[in-house]
Amino acid sequence: MTARIGVITFPGTLDDRDTQRAVRTAGLEAVPLWHRDKDLKQVDAVILPGGFSYGDYLRAGAISRFSPVMESVIDQAKAGMPVLGICNGFQVLTETHLLPGAMLRNNHLHFICRDQKLRVENAETAWTRSYEQGQEINIPLKNIDGRYVADERVLDELEAEGRVVFRYEELNPNGSLRDIAGISNAAGNVVGLMPHPEHAVEPLIGTGRTDGLGFFTSILKRLVSA
Amino acid sequence: MARVVVDVMLKPEILDPQGQAVQRALPRLGFEGIADVRQGKRFELEVEGPVDDAALARIHEIAETFLANTVIEDFSVKVEVGEGADTTAVKAES
Repeated sequence: MTARIGVITFPGTLDDRDTQRAVRTAGLEAVPLWHRDKDLKQVDAVILPGGFSYGDYLRAGAISRFSPVMESVIDQAKAGMPVLGICNGFQVLTETHLLPGAMLRNNHLHFICRDQKLRVENAETAWTRSYEQGQEINIPLKNIDGRYVADERVLDELEAEGRVVFRYEELNPNGSLRDIAGISNAAGNVVGLMPHPEHAVEPLIGTGRTDGLGFFTSILKRLVSA
Repeated sequence: MARVVVDVMLKPEILDPQGQAVQRALPRLGFEGIADVRQGKRFELEVEGPVDDAALARIHEIAETFLANTVIEDFSVKVEVGEGADTTAVKAES
């Protein structure tokens, strides 16, 4: 029996197929979920992939937050189910308040698409166990609303509790406070990040490296040990 | 039908690069003396039925849960009185 990882598609999601492929590449079963389904089909974990759900019309991720599937995701996440939000998925997680803070337009106002160096600051979350503490990874980044903000009190709390999971290395591409690229909730089962690990799981595409594969193998480790 | 206006602005402490880009363009266009620009959103809600306290409370809830992200934004709710008449501020949130 292999672990079942749900990948949600909202109207405007772009990276659901890449994410499903990454899940399969890691040896897991990918279960497509539709934004209007309340039923999570008994998946072991859920990924909210990148894209522009509902066109980001109000704010990035704001409208998806009220879709039927998210009610179930919020309930399950609070009960401990692993949830990963990538890019737009991270924006949705902040809008649901499963993760603190908010995402804003990049400080330079440009859409960016680049290979981005990250430092893994916490290798103990559900989604980062295949990495080493302090490991440097290189995965693609592509967004226009990638500037992470939160008030000082929340930022201090995130730092103190080890919930800054990834930091931008060498270059902060969007003005995110304290170079934050990804964070987790207090329990470590919910993780969000702006760069795209699902685009770096096979040597032929993306960065030419497979630095993103660790996210998907991490979840297998977590589910096997749970 | 009555119109209720919800204005949403980034909180003062949040960097607004869009507003800054507009402000920096002004001198190039020959408009001097504008020290700062901040950009926000305005929602005009056409309300069926009377805009009583209950209706305003509902709109307030819409603004707080959906139209504004109160982590980064402030909002205000105003009822527009009559055709093109001035507006009455009924609630300002910080």
